[in-house]
Amino acid sequence: MPMACRWGPPAVPPTTCCEPMNVAAEPSLLAILLLQGGYNTVVVMLGAAALGAAAGAVGVFAMLRRRALVADALAHATLPGVALGFLAAVALGLPGRSLPFLLAGAAATALLAALSIHLIASRTRLPEDTAVASVLATFFAAGIVLLSVIQTLRTGGQAGLDVYLLGATAGMLRGEAITLACFAVAIAAILALLFKELVLVAFDAEFAAAHGFPVRVIDLAVVALVLAVVVIGLRLVGLVLIVALLVIPPSAARFWSNRAASVTLISAVIGAASAYGGAAISAVAPDLPTGAVIVLVAFAIFAVSVAIGPARGLLPRAFGSRRAAAGEAA
Amino acid sequence: MIFTFLQIDLPAMLVGTLAALVCALVGNFLVLTRQSMFGDAVGHVVLPGIVIAYVVTGTTATWVMLAGAAAAALAAAGLVEFFRRVAGVEPSAALGTVFTAMFALGVVLLEQTGVARTTFDVHHILYGNVEAAIWPAAVDFSSLVDPQALAALPPQIGRLAFGLAVVLAVIVVCFKELRLVSFDPVFAATLGLSPRLVGTVIVALAALAAVVSLEAVGVILVVAMMVCPPAAARMLTDDLATQVRISAVIALASGVLGYAAAAFLPAAFGSPISLGAAGTIAVTAGLFQLAAMLFGPKRGAPRRA
Repeated sequence: MPMACRWGPPAVPPTTCCEPMNVAAEPSLLAILLLQGGYNTVVVMLGAAALGAAAGAVGVFAMLRRRALVADALAHATLPGVALGFLAAVALGLPGRSLPFLLAGAAATALLAALSIHLIASRTRLPEDTAVASVLATFFAAGIVLLSVIQTLRTGGQAGLDVYLLGATAGMLRGEAITLACFAVAIAAILALLFKELVLVAFDAEFAAAHGFPVRVIDLAVVALVLAVVVIGLRLVGLVLIVALLVIPPSAARFWSNRAASVTLISAVIGAASAYGGAAISAVAPDLPTGAVIVLVAFAIFAVSVAIGPARGLLPRAFGSRRAAAGEAA
Repeated sequence: MIFTFLQIDLPAMLVGTLAALVCALVGNFLVLTRQSMFGDAVGHVVLPGIVIAYVVTGTTATWVMLAGAAAAALAAAGLVEFFRRVAGVEPSAALGTVFTAMFALGVVLLEQTGVARTTFDVHHILYGNVEAAIWPAAVDFSSLVDPQALAALPPQIGRLAFGLAVVLAVIVVCFKELRLVSFDPVFAATLGLSPRLVGTVIVALAALAAVVSLEAVGVILVVAMMVCPPAAARMLTDDLATQVRISAVIALASGVLGYAAAAFLPAAFGSPISLGAAGTIAVTAGLFQLAAMLFGPKRGAPRRA
């Protein structure tokens, strides 16, 4: 993905205060992109690509069922869970940053948030966007309060929680990267299994219901997949920006095709390319939060798609391509 | 005791409460026009504006920061409209794309320009730092009427008071128009009232409220205050004027109680921990909303999507 390079800093070693281990022969961005950045970097990048692909594919269905901003609320709602996981691990005498505790806590509070949004939107007269925004704000605020408690505790490792905000590849353990990649592959497998049902419900829920498909169960499956992507993406992309991996690749993919299967595949490829490129840049510039770099790479691909995507892109439309005209009519 | 209250607690409480009030007032109209996520979006997009304004001018003067934030908000609005109308991207996806990309740009600029640790802290922009407002000029209660001491109040308070005055004035003067467009845009249009124009006024007011509050209290308190007090008030009444008043009372109560919980609650239990006031104020507002949703008389019938 040469596109990714445009957002990277020039491939020179960091000039100031780099960690001792980075002083020796820094591999260039090109070498890292070609998987020559050392074993750990390769594992992290492949894990990132798997996550990006899963997020891109899940995002298509989240967007078609208008759940894009719900994903943002679920992501922010993981913060109190991460903090509670930290506190639980410390209480049990374990290091606070144990990944299983943090992810289990994150999944638990995100689930509670999803339930709250559903209850508010269905049982009160508040519209869904109000439910989403108020749940996002209240849960995230509860997370901030818990973090401020953690900061005053006399245990180590508090600083490590920062990576869950904006993501980081630096300091990621090989085991963590492999675990996350396995989860991402599992999500992709579930998606492939449910593909027909997901497409049917996403494009024509009434038709699907009339033919006896369990629309509510499939909608729930979409929310569950979104939740899984959010939790798995926390370590790499961070909870503030993970929603971008669910929103930007599908938006970009719509400019390349009008067919559901192609859009999903293209979205997965764009998601994978963004995460892969972002992780590579982040290996060269460890100071930059990985999540932010991945999002900028994704946005660059989105901008290119808007301009030249054959299905609905601005240039093909301006020059009157028949496929573009069809896309506009659709 | 009184001394520390005046110097430390009063200004911080005032900042938190004023921000809560200005955001909640505007929030009533955001909730009714289905734009509840607006605070979240604006809170994220102004980051690159603030950073670029600082890098270009080298100062953190108020008007520079406000200009940068306003420019970024305008740029974001333009981009969202462009992707929606020209490129045909679904509205919430266009919003999600633009605000995450701009926030990411802001974060990268922060790190690349080296201001991350010296001038700005991304955590303060997200979490808020209500406690930063202090009033060292206060000596005792006579300071409250001493013009010289009052002039040394933290500058955030002046900005928030200005924002509050503008928001209040517009709501009072244009209340009929705002109400009509919020509840029945189609009918409003038949009366010759442009829903687009009134909608723009609402968004502009919300942007003003967000910009004056952001630097003082952080993104999350802005989002919470734009949604929770109005949503709670909506569970209690059908009348818009009453709803706006109730939301203001809830915002005030959240500001005062939330700050008190952060500053005094741990000490009251003899605990050495300290709580972030922006977080406790937002959680208090969320609890008010929860109570209103559970017990309010106007919870309403289930709504079919």
